Amino acid sequence: MISMRINGVSRQFHGDPDMPLLWYVRDELGLTGTKFGCGAALCGACTLHVNGSAVRACVTPVSEADGGEVTTIEGLDSEGNHPVQRAWREHNVPQCGYCQSGQIMSAAALLNENPDPSDDEIVDGMAGNICRCGTYQRIFAAVRTAAQEV
Amino acid sequence: MLGVQNISRRTFLKSAGVTGALVLGANVSTGSMIGTARGQGNGTSIKPNLFVEISDDGTVTLTCSRSEMGQGVRTGIPMILADELEADWQRVKIWQAPGDETKFDPAGKDQQNTDGSRSTRHHFEIMRQLGAAGRYVLEQAAAKKWGVDPAEVYAKDHRIYHSGTGDWFDFGEVVDAAADIVVPTGDAAPKLKDKSQWKYIGRDMPVVDNYDMSTGGATYGADISVPGMKIAVVARPPVYRGKVKSYDASEALKVQGVEQVIEIPPLADDMPAEFRALGGIAVIGTNTWSVMEGRDRLVIEWDDGPNVTHDSSTYNGELVVAARTGGHVIRDRGNVDEAMGAAARVMEAEYFVPYFIHTPMEPPVAMVDATRMPVKVVTSTQAPNWVRQYVAEALGLEQTDVECEVTLLGGGFGRKSKPDFACEAAILSARIGAPVRVQWTREDEIRHGFYHAASAHRLKAGLDGAGKVTAWHHSGAWPTLIALWAPTMRTGHPLEYGLGLIDTPYNEVPNLRIENGEIDAMIRVGWYRSVNNIQHAFAMNCFANELAEAAGRDPVEFLLELIGDADVMDLTMDGVPEHWNYGDSIEDWPIMPKRLSNVLRVVAEKSGYGKSMPPGHGLGIACHRSFHSYVGCAVHVVVRDDGSLHIPQVDMAIDCGRYVNPEGVKKQMEGAAIYGHSVAMHGQITTTQGAVDQSNFHDYTITRMDDAPLDVRTHIVEDFTHLKPCGVGEPGVPPYTPALVNAIYNATGKRIRRLPIGDQLESA
Ligand code: FES
Ligand code: FES
Repeated sequence: MISMRINGVSRQFHGDPDMPLLWYVRDELGLTGTKFGCGAALCGACTLHVNGSAVRACVTPVSEADGGEVTTIEGLDSEGNHPVQRAWREHNVPQCGYCQSGQIMSAAALLNENPDPSDDEIVDGMAGNICRCGTYQRIFAAVRTAAQEV
Repeated sequence: MLGVQNISRRTFLKSAGVTGALVLGANVSTGSMIGTARGQGNGTSIKPNLFVEISDDGTVTLTCSRSEMGQGVRTGIPMILADELEADWQRVKIWQAPGDETKFDPAGKDQQNTDGSRSTRHHFEIMRQLGAAGRYVLEQAAAKKWGVDPAEVYAKDHRIYHSGTGDWFDFGEVVDAAADIVVPTGDAAPKLKDKSQWKYIGRDMPVVDNYDMSTGGATYGADISVPGMKIAVVARPPVYRGKVKSYDASEALKVQGVEQVIEIPPLADDMPAEFRALGGIAVIGTNTWSVMEGRDRLVIEWDDGPNVTHDSSTYNGELVVAARTGGHVIRDRGNVDEAMGAAARVMEAEYFVPYFIHTPMEPPVAMVDATRMPVKVVTSTQAPNWVRQYVAEALGLEQTDVECEVTLLGGGFGRKSKPDFACEAAILSARIGAPVRVQWTREDEIRHGFYHAASAHRLKAGLDGAGKVTAWHHSGAWPTLIALWAPTMRTGHPLEYGLGLIDTPYNEVPNLRIENGEIDAMIRVGWYRSVNNIQHAFAMNCFANELAEAAGRDPVEFLLELIGDADVMDLTMDGVPEHWNYGDSIEDWPIMPKRLSNVLRVVAEKSGYGKSMPPGHGLGIACHRSFHSYVGCAVHVVVRDDGSLHIPQVDMAIDCGRYVNPEGVKKQMEGAAIYGHSVAMHGQITTTQGAVDQSNFHDYTITRMDDAPLDVRTHIVEDFTHLKPCGVGEPGVPPYTPALVNAIYNATGKRIRRLPIGDQLESA
């Protein structure tokens, strides 16, 4: 049996320990804010935090989070008001919105590790997340704004 | 003529999900059957297609009958209504309409298919009329309550005021008195606001779904779950129109969570593909991972069928030959042969654009419950009525036996107009007797899509001694998307000619011929954001740039000379009696060279075109009309020593006529530049023995933040003489690639004539 805390709630998982965390949170727990985009760690749509670090949930087996603390977009802030989320709305970032959970989780982890990133560090930190609608200009600006707040 | 009616008492409203006290319907008819709350005298009911609901707490709910895929339609369309209604934006809610073109297709011609950049242009007027009618009814109701002349009351900011006393009612306080008020029509129809009184139209507005989208709360097709639902993935024939010869599911069925393996029948040999399911082997189970694992363990022997000969390496060569051969003249002005013969100089160049695939961030996904009647589909679709039509066909039912709810779309770009994925879910749900959600993986999406047509273009021009173009000849070839319905069709279709080819804007060239060659379609070809405008804008803008340089002329002046400043370009003068104009009348949306010249001048000025650049830097420019809008684009590129690129700045000048949300226009231009950058740099689908070679983002590259333009500046060109709204979602894409390619030439002296640019600069 695998145990973890997800958004502060204790969970026990009895299935195949190789199942990627993405499908556990989406299909079993109904936490659908974490998205499926590629299944191969290529797009970042499935980004969530395990013990505070951003991981690609589509290639992270449930077993790797055993005993850990998992945060999904739903748990980033109880009111949805994490500085990154606020900055996202201030800059009116989303188009279709599908990539944005992953973008926000990547940005939050980036700023957690590096509260004052340079322009290049923002670009490097966010380049793993694809936005097919092309919102990068606003994502960049929103990360800048959020960096002033965290 | 449009009419708006107060239909608060009508019985069908429940079925439309509308339950409030005051409801207005709008109907496009030919002036007949404009009804009242109590129906028509002759007892015939009309079919309202858009609804406003105002509840007694004052909440205004608008039915959105267009699909939201990131273009901002759930914000822009309601802004129009809220403005005319004098509603307070904070108190407007949006209800997403299901598929029902009899109720929700006000233009009466697009079956609620959200594509072609047409939502605003087809809804602008009717939304204004709906809003104005709502305002009228509320004003009348307030006057009735006060017992005063309606001329003494007016609506403002969600209140109805009495001008004499300054008394006011909130909207919600008068809906009880409003329900029986008849909305007059014809000359007496409620007056629209003057545009000087607009409070939302033309102002920046953030999108209504921002909060949900930033908290994981927005619902997409992939997020739909119903009790008892199973999840399925499908192994489809690697080659278009291939079939299953035999399969062994024993290993797949051993995977924990896999419950059933079922064959979906292939397309019958004599059946056009249209949007039907491709067939294959479905693995069905309790969670997505299990069925994906199960699918990996299937052993399938395929019969590849006739398209196994489709190798893009040879097919692309055939396209080039087809373009050179031409054969179908679609526009002919003057005498091109004579003018070429008399020219001081004749130049020629060939351009090639490969297949692309859409890659919306959310791969196709649909949930169907075929265990109930009507059958229920919930999916992220651009075209809910095509979902109903093709699902009904797959199940042997009538379209009215199928209902379709529309979720948010995680991107569309044309892919999600085509409901093959919903057909798969329907077939499986009917077979197993449970609701089924079919999830496509990224590999599925890239390998089994509807591909943007690859195309080849040969351009030829005659120049006189002064470097003026006297003859222009463009011959292009591509597999037609109409082959989805007519598989043997080998020429383009008028719809594709109208995508920036037959309307080549070089109106000042006295001799001009446009020609089309023949080729078979050997893959599903489908429309993609901006469609054939991409290759047409690329070929003609790059060729014009080459000509300018050959003539020793400034490229902007040279383009302006080709386009000219005529009010209207009339193709009937060039042997084209009629042509496809994005489905709209040429009278309302003419081709206007002066507007194209205007955006070109604006973008040249804003970008500082012509300024001197450091070595390795280049500024390139291009312009194109598509979806009735005019866009000029200037790209500043830095080409590094290793051939890699950096884009410090992009300027986009757009004349889209009347626009609603400038913030939305800006976002579409920013996104179009990045979409265009993917097209220019990376986009390429190839095939080997009929099968697509690419599979995921490692070999089908999409622009990321580290290669994207991050400073896109949008210049909205206001042209107050042409206020009809035009398209915004697509027109920004086509001019980006030629502007970039021309910029690269200015930086390096290297001409790119074949997309993608890829590593072509590394070998430079
Ligand atoms: S879905 Fe995990 S990185 Fe794309
Ligand atoms: S907002 Fe659509 S993919 Fe990023």
